Amino acid sequence: MNVLCAAARRLLQPRSPLDPSPLAMALSYLVLVFWAFVVLFPLYWVFITSFKLPIDVNDGPYYVMWLDFQPSLHAWRYIFVDLGYDTFRPYLNTVIVSLASSALALLLGSMAGYGLARISYRPRLGSIALFILCVAFVVLAVAWWGVPWPIAAALAVAAFILLVQTLGRRFKRALGNDDIEFWMISQRILPPVAVVIPVYVLFQQVGLRDSLAALIIT
Amino acid sequence: MPAVLVVLAMSIFPLLVSLYLSLSRFKFVRGGFEVAFVGLLNYRKLLFGSQQFHFLGTFGEMSPVAWLLVGLAGLGLVALLVAYVRSAGFSYTGFLWRIVAALVTYAGVLLIVRTNTGGGHPGSLVVTLFYVGIGVCVQSLIGLGLALLCTQNLPGRKFFRVVFFLPMMITPVGIAYAFRMLTDTTKGPFAPLWGYFGWAETSWVADPWGARTAVMIGDAWQWIPFMFIVLLVAIESQPQEQREAALVDGANRWQVFRYVTWPAIVPVSITVVLIRVIEAFKIVDLPNVLTNGGPGIASESMTLHAFVAWRALDLGGSAAVAYMLLFVVAFVCLSMLAFLRRPSPEALP
Repeated sequence: MNVLCAAARRLLQPRSPLDPSPLAMALSYLVLVFWAFVVLFPLYWVFITSFKLPIDVNDGPYYVMWLDFQPSLHAWRYIFVDLGYDTFRPYLNTVIVSLASSALALLLGSMAGYGLARISYRPRLGSIALFILCVAFVVLAVAWWGVPWPIAAALAVAAFILLVQTLGRRFKRALGNDDIEFWMISQRILPPVAVVIPVYVLFQQVGLRDSLAALIIT
Repeated sequence: MPAVLVVLAMSIFPLLVSLYLSLSRFKFVRGGFEVAFVGLLNYRKLLFGSQQFHFLGTFGEMSPVAWLLVGLAGLGLVALLVAYVRSAGFSYTGFLWRIVAALVTYAGVLLIVRTNTGGGHPGSLVVTLFYVGIGVCVQSLIGLGLALLCTQNLPGRKFFRVVFFLPMMITPVGIAYAFRMLTDTTKGPFAPLWGYFGWAETSWVADPWGARTAVMIGDAWQWIPFMFIVLLVAIESQPQEQREAALVDGANRWQVFRYVTWPAIVPVSITVVLIRVIEAFKIVDLPNVLTNGGPGIASESMTLHAFVAWRALDLGGSAAVAYMLLFVVAFVCLSMLAFLRRPSPEALP
């Protein structure tokens, strides 16, 4: 009885108050190893399936290379040698698009962040409304009246600058830096699917449809 | 300044055009296509008309349990409103917003209960709410548990940290294909297990709830590392003196978590759950590749619904679904920000 009590005490009591007890440590390791198995098993399964012949996949689950089935390099040879450049091209596209868009986002974001941190902006509500009107004007001009987009864009920019210098000075209500930050962060909420069709149409009008530049800008 | 203008232009313009598209019908005519303005017809179709079965779902008979759930939800919301009226920070505009939020929440609960009882089938809105609600809960709980385990003084915890972070680096389409292989009952790796239980010839993704569960498992597998890593950093950045003092004073692990660790990481937890909720609403790769929308439309999320409508060249309907998603996401996020935000510890005297 005393031996049992001593054993239980040694399992349940930690060596120091700050460390977990041996039982708690064992349970923690059990959970951690189980979750490591959950994480690694799908990756292992996909890895060994890439070395299986179709008959090995179809005959039922085989788990260990060289024991349950003989590995074959036919799949890897197919994608790297037979298809060659067709496999390489999407990887190259991904690298180009992700690097370029990350660089652009970093550049614009850090400039915006520095500006918002250092300078107190007070954009007038009226000026923002004018900007939105000018953007809407470009959209209408290109879609309904068939105006070539460089002309419409240049006209809108000129109109915006003129209007801001004249009418803009009369607007009193203004937003502050906090509102700008809230606006930029709230862009995260926008689901991409809500804007995918107009972006497609935009790039079609501009002639950039099947290009990497379109992916980078998006 | 230019950065703000660029963001404004690139986000306002597609929003406006998308709004116009959702109020119009897209048609192919000789020479190209035309877009005809039809007003709120697309939205009426989604909520009340021919697409209601697809978006909201079909309604079943209300069982007594369903009435009980709906009644409890109503009472709970009324209790929250009463608590707000009695609280110190009461204001009339705040009360108005809370009434609106409570009404919308109650409508959501009613929709979820009615499409799931007695022969009803949930549509893409309800399925998306399931993915977000149940998925994010499971991911936060498991992520928090793993983070707490990894902050203990266990030798080898750095190895676990690296391993647990791996799934986030894999593309969702790859995960979807991997889980398609894993969930196969005749040729997947768990086939002997299914055979032992007698399920070897069934396909559990051919059942609506089986398909939704498979998508939620794939989503959880991919995003638990995100919750894990953020909560791990939050827990480890807490000063250790309070925790050690509590342990030396004789508190057990649960008390240390409840009174020392948890209050310190609540702000970070709320933020990370908010980020995860926003991303979870946009789920599309997993339902598309894993189940292709499930048996019929059983596991279709709203983004996938919009994609399917777009493929069928119903651009107006697709834009309408996308805008409904925007409204739902905006409502949920604004509610979370307004009603869950607490003052930070530094603000307290």
